Amino acid sequence: MEAKKRRTLRIPGSTSILASLISIGVGLIVGLILLYVLNAKAAGGAFISLVTTGFRSTDKFAKMLYQAAPLIMTGLSVGFAFKTGLFNIGATGQYTVGAAFALIGAIQFQLPWYICLLLAFIGGAIWGIFPGLFKALYNVNEVITSIMFNWIAMFAVNLTINNLPMMLAKYWGGAQMDRTANLAQANPSALIPRMGLDVLMKSNYMNISIFIAIIFALISWVILSKTTFGYELKACGYNRNASIYAGINAKRNIVLSMVISGAFAGVGGGLYFLAGTGQYTLVKQLLSAGFNGIPVALLATSNPIGTIFSAFFVSYIQVGGDAMQPDFVKEIIDIIISVIIYLAAFALLTRELLARGKQRRADDAADAMDAIAPAPEAKDEVK
Amino acid sequence: MNILADIVSATILFMIPLLLVALGGMFSERSGVVNIALEGIMIIGALCSCLFLRYMDSSGFGPAHPQGAMFLAILVSAFSGAIFALLLAFASVNLKADQTIGGTALNMLAPAFAIVLTWAIQGQGQTTILIPTWARITQETLGIAVKDNFFQAFLFKSFYQTTIWAVFLFIIATVLLYKTRFGLRLRACGEHPQAADSVGVNVYRMRYAGVFISGLLGGIGGLAYTLAAGSAFQSTVAGYGFLALAVMIFGNWKPLNILGASLFFALFKILGSYSGSIPFLPKFDNIRASEYIYLMLPYIVTMIVLVLTSKKSRAPKAEGIPYDKGRR
Repeated sequence: MEAKKRRTLRIPGSTSILASLISIGVGLIVGLILLYVLNAKAAGGAFISLVTTGFRSTDKFAKMLYQAAPLIMTGLSVGFAFKTGLFNIGATGQYTVGAAFALIGAIQFQLPWYICLLLAFIGGAIWGIFPGLFKALYNVNEVITSIMFNWIAMFAVNLTINNLPMMLAKYWGGAQMDRTANLAQANPSALIPRMGLDVLMKSNYMNISIFIAIIFALISWVILSKTTFGYELKACGYNRNASIYAGINAKRNIVLSMVISGAFAGVGGGLYFLAGTGQYTLVKQLLSAGFNGIPVALLATSNPIGTIFSAFFVSYIQVGGDAMQPDFVKEIIDIIISVIIYLAAFALLTRELLARGKQRRADDAADAMDAIAPAPEAKDEVK
Repeated sequence: MNILADIVSATILFMIPLLLVALGGMFSERSGVVNIALEGIMIIGALCSCLFLRYMDSSGFGPAHPQGAMFLAILVSAFSGAIFALLLAFASVNLKADQTIGGTALNMLAPAFAIVLTWAIQGQGQTTILIPTWARITQETLGIAVKDNFFQAFLFKSFYQTTIWAVFLFIIATVLLYKTRFGLRLRACGEHPQAADSVGVNVYRMRYAGVFISGLLGGIGGLAYTLAAGSAFQSTVAGYGFLALAVMIFGNWKPLNILGASLFFALFKILGSYSGSIPFLPKFDNIRASEYIYLMLPYIVTMIVLVLTSKKSRAPKAEGIPYDKGRR
């Protein structure tokens, strides 16, 4: 019985980190090869700037943190839904609605930043309800609902902003009709505070958004691994029928999971646009920020704490990718990330192989111990 | 009357990519593999065929034999899409990876690859591939005199070879799925792969075939979309792959329903973009930028229809689950 218990131990986290690191390594090698194929002369320098730019100056480091904050939020959003067995491809729509709520609060109603961020949270949550409700009540696949509501979100936000004349940059003396007002002009109190960090880091990009994002990651971790609610959510994700049999209200959990997931994405939109460095542009294309949450979550295997680091990594090589221009097009970064995700897709396999190797070594050691000492000590050995 | 001809012809033009790609998705999902990579497959198909058309244009073969070159371009789009789709098949069949994750990776890879390749071939900053004007079928192609009547306005406004092939491919796809041994086996693999295996069907090969066919159709769909959307390929298909996925679910994984769903969706989409010039539609004069209301319409209507028909919706039972011989 001891032996059986040992062999069914859960796959430890360390191997899952190792699998992610192996994927990253292979992805970077593919990127390097691609650079050589495209332009052998400039490849070496470009690769070095790809992997070092983020640490080269405080300004670049600050930009990395600035881009990482919304990535963490959308990554948390996608990851949270994954844990409940749902694929939230609608983070883009929730991000857009969150951003719109925050900006309307900031410009139209002249509210301070924390209220705006709360509005972003609410906006994202509202947009998350739909896929959850449609799934729970009508059993409509959440992927299709999310895709539809991404587009509805974009058009609805464009419509709303167009009909609130104060929102547009033109009202505040700007030249453009196609984007929202510059927050520094319209309502400086809605800007996310910098607390002197911008002076310290010598960068306009620096504010406290990264800390807010990390706090949300910790909250998400607590919900998922320390509460009954989180346990129920994960149970629904592993096996819905079994969880229903065990008395868990699966429908309620689906809706709640999507609402929380949407709220995270909404806060991401709020954090990005309340930083004041970007203005919302009225486009007819979905914002890519929400989609970028998917690779972030996958790389972190949906673990909230891992999401922080994977967002840092993605943001870091994005900053590096910008530095490769104009010799190389920055989309090479997307190729590298997609290779990493592709490998992560069968990370489960790699992880199992790694874990099996480790387990075998541990088993051998334990068997050897069994020969000399009684069983309980062997159990400690495995731990 | 001409506006009606415009609307009908535009509807058909935008319906073709949706129909082809959704049929592609159907083959993949009926074999048990969730194909979320349709968007990426479309991009790769469009990229390769547009590059091929450029090459045909500069080599002189294209202007001399426009429809011959176009036919070859369709083949290029189909096979490039299919080869790209094999990446998904490899991950989800051989490596038993999570199909959604593999598909997401391919969706991310395709546009990036398209931009990098377009740069590499056309030089820095050149991110669009122009489609040669001879690709369209006109009255001249068929040797008919140009007349300003309803029929010609409807037929020749934007008529491409992809439209003709789409009709054939739809018929072939329906027959293949329902009237052949192959189709029966494919469906079995999507419903109960263990049972299929027990009677000697090679589940792995069937799933490869399903994904491959979805690549063929998705690639052609990518070319059809690019032809419909404008005069150039810009490394994107604007979410049409995802829309096709929605159309497939909306069409309940059945060819005829998918045909109806894609027509329905395309019609509402075109009504949205023509809303200003259709006399009987309400105008919302006191709302600024009211065109967004109509642009939203196809998505909202689709959601409503999905809710109303949700009781009948039935996905292939084994989709998304990697087939493991040892499990029963």
